[in-house]
Amino acid sequence: MTATHPNDIEFRRVVKRYGAVTAVTGIDLAVPRGAFVALLGPSGCGKTTCLRMIGGFEQPSEGEVLIRGEAMTGVPPYRRPVNMVFQHYALFPHLDVSANVAYGLKQMRPRIETGEIARRVAEALEMVRLDGFGGRRIHELSGGQQQRVALARALVNRPAVLLLDEPLAALDKKLRTAMQIELQSLQRNLGITFVLVTHDQEEALSMSDLVCVMNAGRIVQMATPREIYDRPADLFVADFVGKTNILDASVVASGRARLADGSMVAVAPSDRVGAATVAIRPEAIRLARKAAGDLTGTVTNRIFLGATAEYAVRVPGVGDLLVTADHHATSKSDLIEPGEAVALTFDPGAALVFPARSSA
Amino acid sequence: MRALVTAVYVFLYAPIALVVLFSFNAGRHASEFTGFSLQWYGKALSNPFLTEALLNSLIIAFTSAGTAAVFGTMAALGLERLGPRTRAVFDGLFAAAIVVPGVVIGIATLVALVEVFRFVNPVLTFLWPGDTPPKAGLGFFSIIAAHGLFSLALVTMIVKARLASLGRDIVEASSDLYATPFTTFRSIVLPQIFPAVAAGFLLAFTFSFDDFIVAFFVAGSKTTLPIYVFASIRRGVTPEVNAIATMVLVSSILIIAVARLLLTERRAS
Repeated sequence: MTATHPNDIEFRRVVKRYGAVTAVTGIDLAVPRGAFVALLGPSGCGKTTCLRMIGGFEQPSEGEVLIRGEAMTGVPPYRRPVNMVFQHYALFPHLDVSANVAYGLKQMRPRIETGEIARRVAEALEMVRLDGFGGRRIHELSGGQQQRVALARALVNRPAVLLLDEPLAALDKKLRTAMQIELQSLQRNLGITFVLVTHDQEEALSMSDLVCVMNAGRIVQMATPREIYDRPADLFVADFVGKTNILDASVVASGRARLADGSMVAVAPSDRVGAATVAIRPEAIRLARKAAGDLTGTVTNRIFLGATAEYAVRVPGVGDLLVTADHHATSKSDLIEPGEAVALTFDPGAALVFPARSSA
Repeated sequence: MRALVTAVYVFLYAPIALVVLFSFNAGRHASEFTGFSLQWYGKALSNPFLTEALLNSLIIAFTSAGTAAVFGTMAALGLERLGPRTRAVFDGLFAAAIVVPGVVIGIATLVALVEVFRFVNPVLTFLWPGDTPPKAGLGFFSIIAAHGLFSLALVTMIVKARLASLGRDIVEASSDLYATPFTTFRSIVLPQIFPAVAAGFLLAFTFSFDDFIVAFFVAGSKTTLPIYVFASIRRGVTPEVNAIATMVLVSSILIIAVARLLLTERRAS
């Protein structure tokens, strides 16, 4: 029965309270088998608490957590078919690399024979490209290598679900990108369900099949990365995932809005009429030198980023807008200088309408 | 200023150096050095009263330090699980046990034990089926108990410091990797804290082995090495006493050095 259960993890009305503080407020969640799910949110949103409840390090105050259809209430961590990669790796400093990786296999009953353990440890080390490192001491390894030992130590047990608690936070940017690719291909090849906790939206979007955005102990939106980015459920998601311009506006009719300076712009169709907030991604705005149009402003700042350039544009009465332009599409001289007057245009479908900020 | 510092050090260490020097004296007077000899070491080690006192001291030190190492470690592990308030109370009590002067521990233990004996011995006499009931009294047990108080607190403090740096996550990692709490303790926690336990044992051992004040109150008719030395110098300081002092000094320094090594080596890795 467990083998055919479609969801590796389910949360049913899970609440977690610490004294008077509620960390998780009645969450329902289903993680389909074989998926790579990212729990994304600012610190204190309850994402790590959720992960720890799957691992068994915390017990829900209300509701239940199911792994492969089985309720885990009262089941200690050492009896759960999941393994965790800890934020600071939590490798055993008095054991060498092989002994760290073999640790889980040695606890299994019925016992696995020594030769089989050695074979699987070697296989796991090869999988994380650490073959030949078995005899090393933990403190002899670099941060990236320790990270891979932690990964091997968890994956060697072939868990139903691999839990990753901000696994890349301690690595430098270049190593982080390499590990992101490595994690993604490992997950695809092994077919093991991964649940990743991160506060880094880029990491969540780039690696996972499903992103679960959390805020203040609730799930705000769970969808594919593309959908999260293009169709954020609310202003929080729009603001937290990627950069976004948030403008106060008043919708006069579906698809027409008046901005704070009085100018009329075309926006995405909505049922809402009256006070609203409009969110536009910086890359959805185009700049033109001709200082005439619905929306005009002055470039106040330019940040050159290599492939793109970011402009800060001050639109009187509306505020400062961030615009990302791909400057390779135009000639070099087309970099707009601070001080120049520009016209801003955007596709109406990219200007999403949300409830006004004060009522949100 | 330099001269003052030198004077202080001379005042502190010259007597000790003299004790060591005169333990190698060939002559029998403590005031004039007449030549190098190991004869006093031989005399000391063949003195039956002294070897008995030495044996007593070793048994007491070993037992009290061993008991303290086991129970002190258990106490340190138990304290980890308490709430912050209860924990602060017990931390305070352990710290207090270390600073209580030996005289106070000695008197307190003596008074308490005498009271206990006064209550227990008639009961024992009443319950004992034979003619000669055992009589609880001062001796090994009372010295071990008195030393254990200080030693237990010492071990607890040292192990607690080590536990604090252990980190909860490797314990959780072990649990996550299917290890039962007992296996986690045996294969993760114990190897990590073992140097601290061993260091605590060694420090407790030297404390008990060198202690005179506490033992003097509660020893009853038993003679420990420091008590023997105290008794024998009343007949004058002989080179034999110097030899004993030198041996105790050297072994204490060695044991404490090992304990320090155990505590610092772990901190580095």
